[in-house]
Amino acid sequence: MATIHQIRLILKSVLAVDSASITAPISQYLLKRWGSVKKTFTSGNIAVAEGAITAGLKFYAGYPITPSSEIMEYLAEKLPKLGGVVIQMEDEIASINAVVGASWAGVKAMTATSGPGFSLIAEAMGLAVITETPIVVVNVMRAGPSTGVPTKTSQSDVLQARWLAHGDYIIPCYAPWSVQEAYDLTIKAFNTAELLRTPVVLLSDAVIAHLWEPLTIYDEGEVTIINRKVPKTEEKVLPYKPDPDLVPPMPVFGRGFKTLVESLIHDERGYYAPRDDSYKALLMRLHLKILKRLDYIFDYEAYYCDEECEYAVVSYGSTARVAYLATLELRKRGYKVCMLRLKTLWPLDTERLRKACRASKIIVVENNIGKIYMDIDRIYRDREVYSAPLLSLELPSLREAVEVVSTWL
Amino acid sequence: MAVKSLETIHPLDRYLRLDRIPTMYCPGCGIGIALGAVFRALDRRIREGVIDPHKVVWVGGIGCSSRATLYVNYDAAHVIHGRAIAFATGVVLSNPELRVVVIGGDGDIAGIGGNHLIHAAKRNIDMVVVMITNFVYAMTGGQVAPTTPVGAKTTTTPYGNPEPPLNVIKLVASLNANYVARASITTPHYIENFFYKALGMKGFRFIEIVSTCPEVHGRHIGLRDPVEMYNALKKRVKYKQKVSIEEADISWEEGIVIGEFVERNEPSYLELLGKVYTK
Repeated sequence: MATIHQIRLILKSVLAVDSASITAPISQYLLKRWGSVKKTFTSGNIAVAEGAITAGLKFYAGYPITPSSEIMEYLAEKLPKLGGVVIQMEDEIASINAVVGASWAGVKAMTATSGPGFSLIAEAMGLAVITETPIVVVNVMRAGPSTGVPTKTSQSDVLQARWLAHGDYIIPCYAPWSVQEAYDLTIKAFNTAELLRTPVVLLSDAVIAHLWEPLTIYDEGEVTIINRKVPKTEEKVLPYKPDPDLVPPMPVFGRGFKTLVESLIHDERGYYAPRDDSYKALLMRLHLKILKRLDYIFDYEAYYCDEECEYAVVSYGSTARVAYLATLELRKRGYKVCMLRLKTLWPLDTERLRKACRASKIIVVENNIGKIYMDIDRIYRDREVYSAPLLSLELPSLREAVEVVSTWL
Repeated sequence: MAVKSLETIHPLDRYLRLDRIPTMYCPGCGIGIALGAVFRALDRRIREGVIDPHKVVWVGGIGCSSRATLYVNYDAAHVIHGRAIAFATGVVLSNPELRVVVIGGDGDIAGIGGNHLIHAAKRNIDMVVVMITNFVYAMTGGQVAPTTPVGAKTTTTPYGNPEPPLNVIKLVASLNANYVARASITTPHYIENFFYKALGMKGFRFIEIVSTCPEVHGRHIGLRDPVEMYNALKKRVKYKQKVSIEEADISWEEGIVIGEFVERNEPSYLELLGKVYTK
């Protein structure tokens, strides 16, 4: 649970309000700022659950694990009233497989977990990729490896989110930095999954999960909701024959399509095709259908990047909250620093990131041993890129962030 | 072509993806007999109007038996090793109109998928599970399986299997399944009757089909010839009308009892879920 001091810091960073205005009681301030209609004050985990409901979630299967459990608890109460089903399965392996099955039965489906559970999800993540099943998997990151520290935060699963399962593939991954963004990006995760018939990872963490902030919940019609394409006629449907956007309409169960959901490398009929040409064709399409829509998937925010800056701080998720404050602090001290905050972790858009900032020195601030750094280093290969890892079980303090960034100034 | 003429001669051809025939099954494999009997029961239920073929979904994991999902001309899913029941759980809860049949071998259903089997039976969830027991991991070349008899030689127990087998009938019967039965490929009429009955019930229904694998099991136990292995199994299989669960042990020495071990009419998971959700 965030302390009042933390909430103030957060308000300062997210809402960009001066500290004077938040000396008043928080509740009064929020009421003034947000009003009362459709506005609530809640946690990141609840925001994910609400985002899923707004997106049209109808099936949730999960297994209790800290710090993600509130997502299932909240949905277990809400979803049945909205015509959905929530089931607590025997493990995360069963949960993710049930979610893939539910999606083929024609509904939007999701599971949420944390590190050790995410490891168990690996197997069926590959199944969702090769069968092109739209699902959303939420990983609320906690410190690892193994059981690690269940109640404390980390960003150490960012590469696991990218390449959880064996085999070649790309899947989109979003990382929110606030409660509102946890809600917004959950909706976007569902939209991306449905648009591209792909599993999508929402990468939250223990800080975002238990952080309480204002949240605006959208009504129907206030936000775009994308639903998967389904073949119009049941005549001669090839379950893996793509449209020009490289995404095949999804012949869901029970409508006479005689669909074959196939985990083997397959051709357009879904028939096993252990040949070089079919293998290459399928793998390339699975990659290209995602890369083709980089414009839709990739998103970031830039702060002060339009100015002439020597340094750029790159960060994401909960750590970006502190990295942002550190950027402000260093600017106050006279350094020419701007900041890029990644909302999409995978795939990264090299071109847009290169154009986004002109700084010659890039400092990547993240709560792990320096993982996104490896890709940022590749993207800005002609500039100086430094890793500023913050191995911290709590949300790093402003002092820690300023210290670690200052190492490279 | 041969496939064309098959189409005109067999009444169950419409249930198969004929463009995938011949199957990959070895000569002497029992799975074809099992699948044929299951089809005949399904055909009867479809003709009776009890089942809409568009609402049938077959789900299989990995293995020779699960591979049947590739050949059936229905909505089907050939998913991950051991996870068919978990996948099927999501299907049936998201669209209760669908009739889900899970098919797999003893390794897939009771070995790697054992935990999912236990919990699906515990939930009495609405699906029929057909487990074809051939006593080995056949697709990977005849390694020891959960059902391999003690002492049997397999490719990973070359000195004999030190482990007593898992009795899956006893396991599932100890849970909340509505129907638990065992048949053998040497008695296809019982496969048909049991599956026919299961299709008319609700909740978790489990049918074990004892089968033969002369290719990678029989060859290691002196029964390499398909006919010899079939006859060896046939000799041991005994049907009992009123069979108790104590008689469910599979013993190559004392025989294999087939029959209906459990028949209940308890509320299924979907019914119970409907009750708690409408409170």
